[in-house]
Amino acid sequence: MIKAILIFNNHGKPRLSKFYEHYTEDTEQQIIRETFHLVSKRDENVCNFLEGGLLIGGSENKLIYRHYATLYFVFCVDSSESELGILDLIQVFVETLDKCFENVCELDLIFHMDKVHNILAEMVMGGMVLETNMSEISTQAEAHSKMEKSEAGIAGAPARAVSAVKNMNLPEMPKNINIGDISIKVPNLSSFK
Amino acid sequence: MALKIVKGSIDRMFDKNLQDLVRGIRNHKEDEAKYISTCIDEIKQELKQDNIAVKANAVCKLTYLQMLGYDVSWAAFNIVEVMSSSKFTFKRIGYLAASQCFHEGTDVIMLTTNQIRKDLSSPNQYDTGVALTGLSCFVTPDLARDLANDIMTLMSHTKPYIRKKAVLIMYKVFLKYPESLRPAFPRLKEKLEDPDPGVQSAAVNVICELARRNPKNYLSLAPLFFKLMTSSTNNWVLIKIIKLFGALTPLEPRLGKKLIEPLTNLIHSTSAMSLLYECVNTVIAVLISLSSGMPNHSASIQLCVQKLRILIEDSDQNLKYLGLLAMSKILKTHPKSVQSHKDLILQCLDDKDESIRLRALDLLYGMVSKKNLMEIVKKLMLHVDKAEGTTYRDELLTKIIDICSQSNYQYITNFEWYISILVELTRLEGTRHGHLIASQMLDVAIRVKAIRGFAVAQMATLLDNAHLLTGNTQRNGICEVLYAAAWICGEFSEHLEDPMQTLEAMLRPKVATLPGHIQAVYVQNAAKLFATVLQKHEGETDSQAAQETSQLLIDRLPLFVQSANLEVQERASCILQLVKYIQKLQQKNVEVAEEVTALFAGELNPVAPKAQKKVPIPEGLDLDAWINEPPSESESEDEKPKAVFAKEEPKHYRSRNTEVDEKELARRREVRKQEQANNPFYIKASPSSQKVYDAPGVEHIPVVQIDLSVPLKVPGMPMSDQYLKLEEERQQKEKAERKKKEKKKKREKRGKGRKADSGPESEEDITPAQHVDIVTEEMPENALPSDDDDKDPNDPHRALDIDLDNLLSGFSSRPLADSEKLPVRTHRPEVLKSPAEDRVSESVPPETKKKSSKEKKEKKKDKEKDRKRSKEEKKKKKKHKEVEEELLESQPEEPVQSEETKEAAAPPTSTSAEEVTVPSSAVETSSAAVPESEPDEPKDTEPEDTKSSKHKKKKQKKEKEEKEKKKKKRHHHHHHHGEAGGEDSVQNGTVEEEEPLPPMSNYSVLAENSFIKMMREDAEQVYDIQGNHQDESKVVVSIIFENKSDSFLKSMEFNVLDSLNSKLQRPEGAGPHDGLTVPFQLPPGVSNEARFVFSVQSIVMPQKLKGTLTFIVKSDESSTHEKLDFKLHFTCTSYLITTPCYSDAYAKLLESGDLKGSSLRLEGINMPFHHLLARICFHHHFSVVERIDSCASMYSRSIQGHHVCLLVKTSDQTVSIDAKCDEPSLLGNVLDELKQTFSKC
Repeated sequence: MIKAILIFNNHGKPRLSKFYEHYTEDTEQQIIRETFHLVSKRDENVCNFLEGGLLIGGSENKLIYRHYATLYFVFCVDSSESELGILDLIQVFVETLDKCFENVCELDLIFHMDKVHNILAEMVMGGMVLETNMSEISTQAEAHSKMEKSEAGIAGAPARAVSAVKNMNLPEMPKNINIGDISIKVPNLSSFK
Repeated sequence: MALKIVKGSIDRMFDKNLQDLVRGIRNHKEDEAKYISTCIDEIKQELKQDNIAVKANAVCKLTYLQMLGYDVSWAAFNIVEVMSSSKFTFKRIGYLAASQCFHEGTDVIMLTTNQIRKDLSSPNQYDTGVALTGLSCFVTPDLARDLANDIMTLMSHTKPYIRKKAVLIMYKVFLKYPESLRPAFPRLKEKLEDPDPGVQSAAVNVICELARRNPKNYLSLAPLFFKLMTSSTNNWVLIKIIKLFGALTPLEPRLGKKLIEPLTNLIHSTSAMSLLYECVNTVIAVLISLSSGMPNHSASIQLCVQKLRILIEDSDQNLKYLGLLAMSKILKTHPKSVQSHKDLILQCLDDKDESIRLRALDLLYGMVSKKNLMEIVKKLMLHVDKAEGTTYRDELLTKIIDICSQSNYQYITNFEWYISILVELTRLEGTRHGHLIASQMLDVAIRVKAIRGFAVAQMATLLDNAHLLTGNTQRNGICEVLYAAAWICGEFSEHLEDPMQTLEAMLRPKVATLPGHIQAVYVQNAAKLFATVLQKHEGETDSQAAQETSQLLIDRLPLFVQSANLEVQERASCILQLVKYIQKLQQKNVEVAEEVTALFAGELNPVAPKAQKKVPIPEGLDLDAWINEPPSESESEDEKPKAVFAKEEPKHYRSRNTEVDEKELARRREVRKQEQANNPFYIKASPSSQKVYDAPGVEHIPVVQIDLSVPLKVPGMPMSDQYLKLEEERQQKEKAERKKKEKKKKREKRGKGRKADSGPESEEDITPAQHVDIVTEEMPENALPSDDDDKDPNDPHRALDIDLDNLLSGFSSRPLADSEKLPVRTHRPEVLKSPAEDRVSESVPPETKKKSSKEKKEKKKDKEKDRKRSKEEKKKKKKHKEVEEELLESQPEEPVQSEETKEAAAPPTSTSAEEVTVPSSAVETSSAAVPESEPDEPKDTEPEDTKSSKHKKKKQKKEKEEKEKKKKKRHHHHHHHGEAGGEDSVQNGTVEEEEPLPPMSNYSVLAENSFIKMMREDAEQVYDIQGNHQDESKVVVSIIFENKSDSFLKSMEFNVLDSLNSKLQRPEGAGPHDGLTVPFQLPPGVSNEARFVFSVQSIVMPQKLKGTLTFIVKSDESSTHEKLDFKLHFTCTSYLITTPCYSDAYAKLLESGDLKGSSLRLEGINMPFHHLLARICFHHHFSVVERIDSCASMYSRSIQGHHVCLLVKTSDQTVSIDAKCDEPSLLGNVLDELKQTFSKC
């Protein structure tokens, strides 16, 4: 079981948090802080597994994380998950985001948290892995947005126009977590079909 | 219209959307909180609008704020509103918000049941998908129960997208509603072979998750998984399956043997590291399970170790980590094969990655032998010095102690060395593990008798230098070791060289700054030392010195008498008085030493840590019962001020202590000098030190050299390294000697051929340096060996420990009982039947009831076992079992079926013992209605057991009752019944399109007036206890009382005029005409249910009982007595119990000729045949045996065992019923009632 999925940046700002067990808002923030604290002080070339998150679940659980440019992707899992499998799942997740946002960067996650949630929901459901095939995940995500667009129809047009105008003066987005050029050594867990 | 929408959305587009919110927050970095609070105000405004789009937008923003840590539970209702939008876009927003912030405590969640059900059955697969995703995050027991059936149906949806989600969510449903596991399991198993790989993977996922917690129930699936493993190419699925096998093999070694080969193949063939790793892991698990005598598997171990070595040597830290992790598993069973890689593991200790170092530490545990223990510990001690972070250092410390103390100090050859290691560890500043070191010191000193002399000397030095350990007192956990030191010095004071000096050290004023529990030990052991000193002096007939000692105590003890700590205070004042008395005697020249020593005579034996737990509780002792009534909570507060007042005192002393410190310093200086002069490492506390102290030269040593704040080295301490050298020398010597001997031996043996010589390297040959007598710990005489008390009772998975095997395999199986089927709403016919259930119910074999009751009993026994833990001896249990089985056999024909889900479990086998004990507790349980009405509780036959678990039971009862009430309030009719009817009507029959059944209610109005309405459940629950309670039968009547007025109703009393045949069961001691108090009061508009038990003798005739309900109506101004008369009608039908029967048994019954027939014709019946059958089933408790077209045979039996058989035929609005029964009058009455039922409609 996956207990929680957290994404935060190098400064510990949460970009996405998904808890599969209930915690109060305060505890959630504490967990995010604690996790950030644990993860951020680790060097780049140490292992991606971490024991000893005190707040979330205790000793049975492990933190498995990956660090991409400005973002940390942390999965908190229990012993029934394969460590390397989860590492790969994170990779799949990030690649899917990359596909759906076209060169994903931190700003995409900041402004489209809901969309990230929806993509994640196609991958992990209630703490269990639902789908590991990237194309399947992105197909479903696309189908969803297609439905959304068709529903908005003419009514949605003006809102879209306004939001496009608003977006024009977005701060120059540093497209900096382009995962394409960051080479992460993925243990060759070859075929997730 | 379109224009209006566009206009609405133009208004809307100037609202902030999520992006604007995020942008705003980013632009207000300085006053973020303030900005967000204005945003929340805006959101609150938006939520008030009618436009759903505006609401959805607001909810979307709230979801973002929730992530930032803002509580948004206040908007829960709005979230539900958005969830129920018909548009997918909004619905998704709603569900997302709900999944982020709903939980079991969210009250509006119960409003969502119908919405979710609607979404689940939506024609749009994405609506369904979104609902499933959302539900997976916030499913509650109620939702799980209500929606389980809908989700089951979705498991066979046409779209794999929905199927896989439905399969996956079932796990959550099982967790929240364990009863659903059995009915859903066959279909879940089916999904393992689903054509879609995603669905398959989901099913594997769920079953693995289930099996991980309760593996034994899933063993029967092993062949299927084996097939999957060899056929699947999906690594994800393979990993899950292989992990599952890892959990199964410990239970079934044969499985393990089969697995080895395919797994080894996979290890050789796969390129995926994750798969390789899991394979290795499972092979290890297999090998562990096979560990006993399977020498031919050494190749597999070698393969695993080899592969793991490759992982550990890999540059990828992740693989290194995992390799070490898996190594530690091998270590447990095959330490030898791991030990050969010691170099590699020691190397990992130096890794820069802490996770890896920790893993390597774990492995060290198994690496040690008698030979290398000292060497390894030395290395660790170096790490301790180097380690920066306290957590890692603490970890090292615990590991050192673990390694040394493992398996009863097996590897320690020299305990002097160990003690000095422990003493060295006390130098660690700020460690949390002072108590660990302390307990080790105590343990070693107590259990290794030979070491006591040395240990005492060391402890005395520690006590002498206590101020070094307590550098910055309270925060420092290390001062715990003083606790051990003081105790050891006191208890084994005969080994002390200079007890007087130690006594003095223990009574220093500075001791008063130590934590209370340590001071207490100090005081107590000072007394022990005092005894020793006295004896010594009296032996030397030095009465002067003896009196001086007494005086010392009398001078110093008052300090402790004033302690804030009660324990210290009490011990100190006690001992002070004692010493004063001794002093008096001394002044009269009386010899006291012997008597004083007698106070502390006798040896303390070590007691095993679990010993207390293992003491069997004597019969009749109930540890949970109150001896006196619990005190009111407010009392404890009164004591607080006292403590506050007293606490101020220690401060006072602390200031004084500093003065004394001068003396201390001088003394320590002296010791240091001594140390330097002699051996740099190790000094025995010499008796001459006192003299040197007096020497004038000491003053000249500059004070600057001693830095109090950095107590790096405790003077006078032995260094463990020294032992290492000694040990090496000793071993070499021994080796040399042994070699000589061996040579001799060899020469002798040469002629006869050599064997069985394990070689000079063998560890066992190393003899300990000193003769060590390790005392084993004591256990109570009749302690039980069981260790099953480790399972966490709160673990939700415990509830899922359900036997599923019988469900799967053919005949001798336990099929689903009616009561186990998932609840279905009767007025939602589209979900009424599911193929799986039908299939299961078709295969119900004749011995259902017997089996089910047996199974229930097994469950019961499980619970019982848990509760009892190890209280009882196995023998007893066996007997108990036998008794129960006998009981069961004595009445094999007795049906145990009733309407209520759980109530079906009411075991007729719970003997009369229970019947006797329960009424006596009536007063206690009065809040939970009449006790007999709760036979659903697994009750024990042993009275003392019943008592001991009463607490728990009571709670459970209440909970259950509350649940039931809730259920009833919501549906207001008994849906189980409808369900049973519905199911039965299609049982065996061809599944054809049939019209939905109309809702049927079980409650009828009993009596009513302007104040109160009494609704009575038609179908009483009938418990037959005929077999063991004369020939009475018990009937439980449930009555709902509804307050219709707007005043408060209280003091309700329910009374019935008993007839000869039927009597209301009253609590013991009540007269035959006394009423029963209804155990609740009714506020206006509220209804509640109470149950009453009647005993009935003959059941062949319907009966009417007259009764009265009296109550007090209380309004603001007045209260009046009111009463309501009613008539309770016991129909013959109510004595019938729905009992399944099988066509062969049914045919036999009819053939036997014992039954007498009768028939009935009904004209003008204008309802579909299956409705008719359902009605008979529902109202008259029959079950369908067989149905062919418009003809059906039905069966039921009475609580006293009469068979009632019906053959129902219909043609053109005419229904003819042929009936047979072994009791004609009963049959006649039942038929009359049948007629009445149908004349009503």
